[in-house]
Amino acid sequence: MTAEQIIFLIVGVGTLLAALMVVTTRNLVHAALWLIATLFGVAVIYALLHAGFLAVVQVVVYIGAIAILFIFAVMLTRKDARDTGPQMNPNWWIGALLAVLSGVGLVSLLLGWSGSSKTAAAIPSGFDAVGLLGEALVSPNAYVLPFEVASVLLLAALVGAVYVAFNRK
Amino acid sequence: MVPLSWYLILSALLFSIGLFGVLSRRNAVAILLGVELMLNSVNVNLAAFWRYGDVANMAGQVFAIIVFAVAAAEVAVGLALVISVYRRRNTVIADDIDLMKW
Repeated sequence: MTAEQIIFLIVGVGTLLAALMVVTTRNLVHAALWLIATLFGVAVIYALLHAGFLAVVQVVVYIGAIAILFIFAVMLTRKDARDTGPQMNPNWWIGALLAVLSGVGLVSLLLGWSGSSKTAAAIPSGFDAVGLLGEALVSPNAYVLPFEVASVLLLAALVGAVYVAFNRK
Repeated sequence: MVPLSWYLILSALLFSIGLFGVLSRRNAVAILLGVELMLNSVNVNLAAFWRYGDVANMAGQVFAIIVFAVAAAEVAVGLALVISVYRRRNTVIADDIDLMKW
């Protein structure tokens, strides 16, 4: 076992345990805080994958914006977050069954796939991943169209969210 | 060196946990939390395939960033809908929001 594998195992198990707490804990504020732990674990996974830009964006966008938005939403709908009723559906076991089935199916599929034991080639020295990523996002030969569509989507979501949540009184 | 399958198994398990959250929670905000977990697991997959494939081909990271943008848009509109529903009907329990249920 190399140091990288040990770090991966610790972070991966921690991420999965935090994710389990997100879906099972009763208090929704605690669920949102566990979501922050999960997102931070995923950011460490990005760093292990040498995707430094994704790790930074994960911390800034997911933890800095989305998780805080969740905490605001939980606090604005506080009466239900604190209620004493069950937090699960009456037929939550169907969801659990489907989740276990999909998990077992995906893992068995992956274990049977010959490409899954592949190891990564070393990153070439002087490789500028962020520069290449920036060029790929705005180059007409690469991904400028998805990039522009994403910006239009964000604008539409901005206007839509303000319109839907606007209080007319 | 960590084999590719470890990342893929981690992301499959994270996806299943998110799926469980989406299917079994009653609170609409908690359902959106599950959706976030599922989107994150997809992103781990994209980044892992970028790293273990051709590193000079940035498609994996580019689409991970697109997924970030889509997740931000989804959560903004979703939480706006939840807050709007809470203001009108005073509930965020998904079972009680059944106006359009036949």
